[in-house]
Amino acid sequence: MKKYLAKRLLLSFLTLWVLITITFFMMHLLPGDPFIGEKPISDVAKEALYAKYGLDQPLPVQYIRYIGNVLQGDLGESMVYKGKAVTSMIAQAFPFSLDLGIRALVFALTGGVFLGIVAALNNGKKLDTTVMILAALGISVPSFILGAVLQYLLGICLSGWTQGMWGFRMFPISGWNTEMDKIIPSFVLGFGTLATISRLTRTSFLDVIGLDYVKTAKAKGLPKRKIVVRHMLRNAISPVLTILGPLTAALLTGAFVVENIFNIPGLGKFFVSSIQSNDYMMIAGTTLFYGTFIVLANFLVDILYVVVDPNVKLAGGKE
Amino acid sequence: MSEPLLTIKNLKVSFDTYAGEVEAVRGVSLELDSGETLAIVGESGCGKSVTAQTIMRLHSESNTRIKEGEIQLDGHDIVHADEKEMEAIRGETVGMVFQDPMTSLNPTMLVGRQVGEVIRQHERVSRKESEIRSVDILDSVRIPNAGKRAKQYPGQFSGGMRQRAMIGLSIACIPKLLIADEPTTALDVTIQAQILDLMKSIQREENMGIILITHDLGVAASIAQKVAVMYAGKIVEQGTAEVIFKKPRHPYTWGLMQSIPKCDQKKDEDLYVIQGTPPKLIDPPKGCGFAQRCQYCMRICKVQEPPETILEDGHRCSCWLLDERAPRVKPKRKGGDTVGE
Amino acid sequence: MEETKELFEIVGPEDAADINSNQSESITFLQDVVRRFKKNKAGVVCLIILGLLIVGSIVCPYITGRNISDQDLANTNLGMFQNGYIFGTDNLGRDMFSRVWYGTRISLTIALAAVLIGLCIGAVYGGISGYFGGKVDSIMMRIVDIIIAIPYLLVVILLMIILRPGVGTLILAYAAVGWTEMARLVRGEIMKLKESEYVLASRVLGASPWHIIFYSLLPNTLSVIIVELTLTIPSAIFTESFLSYIGIGVQIPLASLGTLASEGIASFQMYPHRLIIPAAFLCITMLTFNLLGDALRDVLDPKLRK
Repeated sequence: MKKYLAKRLLLSFLTLWVLITITFFMMHLLPGDPFIGEKPISDVAKEALYAKYGLDQPLPVQYIRYIGNVLQGDLGESMVYKGKAVTSMIAQAFPFSLDLGIRALVFALTGGVFLGIVAALNNGKKLDTTVMILAALGISVPSFILGAVLQYLLGICLSGWTQGMWGFRMFPISGWNTEMDKIIPSFVLGFGTLATISRLTRTSFLDVIGLDYVKTAKAKGLPKRKIVVRHMLRNAISPVLTILGPLTAALLTGAFVVENIFNIPGLGKFFVSSIQSNDYMMIAGTTLFYGTFIVLANFLVDILYVVVDPNVKLAGGKE
Repeated sequence: MSEPLLTIKNLKVSFDTYAGEVEAVRGVSLELDSGETLAIVGESGCGKSVTAQTIMRLHSESNTRIKEGEIQLDGHDIVHADEKEMEAIRGETVGMVFQDPMTSLNPTMLVGRQVGEVIRQHERVSRKESEIRSVDILDSVRIPNAGKRAKQYPGQFSGGMRQRAMIGLSIACIPKLLIADEPTTALDVTIQAQILDLMKSIQREENMGIILITHDLGVAASIAQKVAVMYAGKIVEQGTAEVIFKKPRHPYTWGLMQSIPKCDQKKDEDLYVIQGTPPKLIDPPKGCGFAQRCQYCMRICKVQEPPETILEDGHRCSCWLLDERAPRVKPKRKGGDTVGE
Repeated sequence: MEETKELFEIVGPEDAADINSNQSESITFLQDVVRRFKKNKAGVVCLIILGLLIVGSIVCPYITGRNISDQDLANTNLGMFQNGYIFGTDNLGRDMFSRVWYGTRISLTIALAAVLIGLCIGAVYGGISGYFGGKVDSIMMRIVDIIIAIPYLLVVILLMIILRPGVGTLILAYAAVGWTEMARLVRGEIMKLKESEYVLASRVLGASPWHIIFYSLLPNTLSVIIVELTLTIPSAIFTESFLSYIGIGVQIPLASLGTLASEGIASFQMYPHRLIIPAAFLCITMLTFNLLGDALRDVLDPKLRK
């Protein structure tokens, strides 16, 4: 087990190194010059800027320096908001994204696993079909469409109506202050993931349903509920765990859109606006931050995986 | 005479598949007393496992139906029992051992807990007590170092050991009937003998009834008092082990006996095979199920089902050859007479 | 009396060949797949819708005779079926009907091209990795692990920033990261298959590794590949629309379903149909591919075949 985790840890570091390298070269492959903006600047000022950012050094030196800076948590300064460190901007915005992400993940996990089990246990019946149609919709409707439509229907139409009737707005259309603000964005962000999870849970439950040990459990005289909880859930859940890492990534990137639509001051909104305003330092820094976050999440999932499936522990790692 | 432990009368079971309805069991009647072992033999797909699972109603409720017939087990009406009643019967009155010990235990649960779970389901005992008892049970099925083994996962057990744990699990509440569905098929020959031996000794101690499902006539001969030969969803011949092995009357049983390789067989002599494959039960034949492959098939066999003829000592056989109008035939080669114990 | 005698005459077993032949009619794999697919109603419906979408996206932009960038400033912001504009016009008076169908074409083109390129890279990579096994395999798979660990959308965004946004770049960027899942899948299949008898047979006959990979192994992994392919297309469509939504995808004056939907969102409250139409096209396209993938999986899955 230790060997397995050590291997995963090494892989995580490798991934981070590759990511740092990619962002470094991205900065150097950018079309045009980051300092030639709307207004032309003098050569002297340009050289000063180059020296300030170390761009006058040879490439390998810059590379080493870049890695050093990143390891110290220095991701440079925003090019649009002059004088603001990327790190501090991330620190300011990320808590909102994290809040939104966790809500969406919890909603997607509980709802998805539950719906998946319900569908699998009613395989071939109407309930199964209903859940599967819902899930197919969930993976087929992009979040920016779902978000816009729900914002209009619930945030504007329904809330407008409740305001007219009882004088209060049911769902606000933007912001991230009250609990009410958080319901629709979390739902929109989590819906696609919920659909993915419910499809996966259903498939892996159906695989487990036919297995001998489930029959053994039934032959013991266990009621259905206990069979599902004690014998099937733990065995069927590992595929869901394996995609938890990618799902976290999907939630993070999904937040780009949701935060924009609902005007939530999270990292995703900053990231998209930095893309739109060519704030390369911010883009690189945020990418690195996201990458680190995902790598960390993946590593946690690996640990979780070992805890859930004793056979991984025994074999010293799968694959 | 008291009621037998298990009575099955004219059981018919069907299930739905993509292609249509399969009549897997087409009228099976059986009886079994406590302390007795009945072996159901037949080739794969003949309905023996379905019959066994129906006794516990283990089949999936959504696509399998009991079309007709009765099952009486120790005073319970299995066919009409509701799910709650069945839950009480399973594990308590009847236990089941499955074919593949590699897959029949939950890989993510400690073996001791899997055994203890049965006890806790059917008796009001504390977790502590169920743990102690499950170690005792593992010990009684001859698992060495049972205390330590109970705290391991099935992945750490060998095949034979798992099958013992499986047997331990199924007899934890000392059921009156133990159904073993090919319990030794997936095991080495030496382990097979140990497992059969274990089942025999448990039976002696607890006076259990055992139904053993197997396609291995050797296994049947070594443990069973009664043998039922199944073919295409029906029992074609049943009786005491002695009668079935020494004086079989059905051509299919003859075929089965002949297909056993013999020690004195010459090297270049071909092994005997019954030509062809069993009929598909999606569209069962009108007459005798074996007619297509039978050496002695008569015209009537193809159009009408043979009635069951009752011979001496409870020996029953369904074959037109036993009709008085049929020609007398003997198995062609050194058949049933020379085989058996 | 005569009748009974005849009834009880021994006629013996049927001819062995006869018995075996009536047991199962032999059909090829393809015939079986087609037959099973025809029974799958959802699959057939999806295939028909998909056919309509593809034909429509080729033909429809030309039906009205109005180019996607033609501005009719006298007829801006029209609703559906007004002044001969079937889907109305946008704020510049451009014909929505042409634009939506054209957008479908662009979205489908990008998705199909990206996925097919990804397929080629992934299949070859996975095939090599799985076939050679050992050290080669473990190094190649660790590389895939690393690429998969980085959220693909981030890499695509970075690539889109470095390169000039446009249709070709979108295809390239998606293909550059999209091949990894395919590589894993193919490798897994190859690992399973390479121990099989027929590969051993062709190895014994002296076939070269390349011959075995391309003629024996890849064809047998085809069903898995087809299913994965069908399910990757919606993901590519989604990526395209997502990037177009945040402004680094397809650039004006071209239109994709993603750009149309994001334009529609801007004017959603005034003119809901401008979002609803492209959104419906987008969702239906993705839904169709997803359901088709599910149907194909049911049909091709060897576990279910019998």
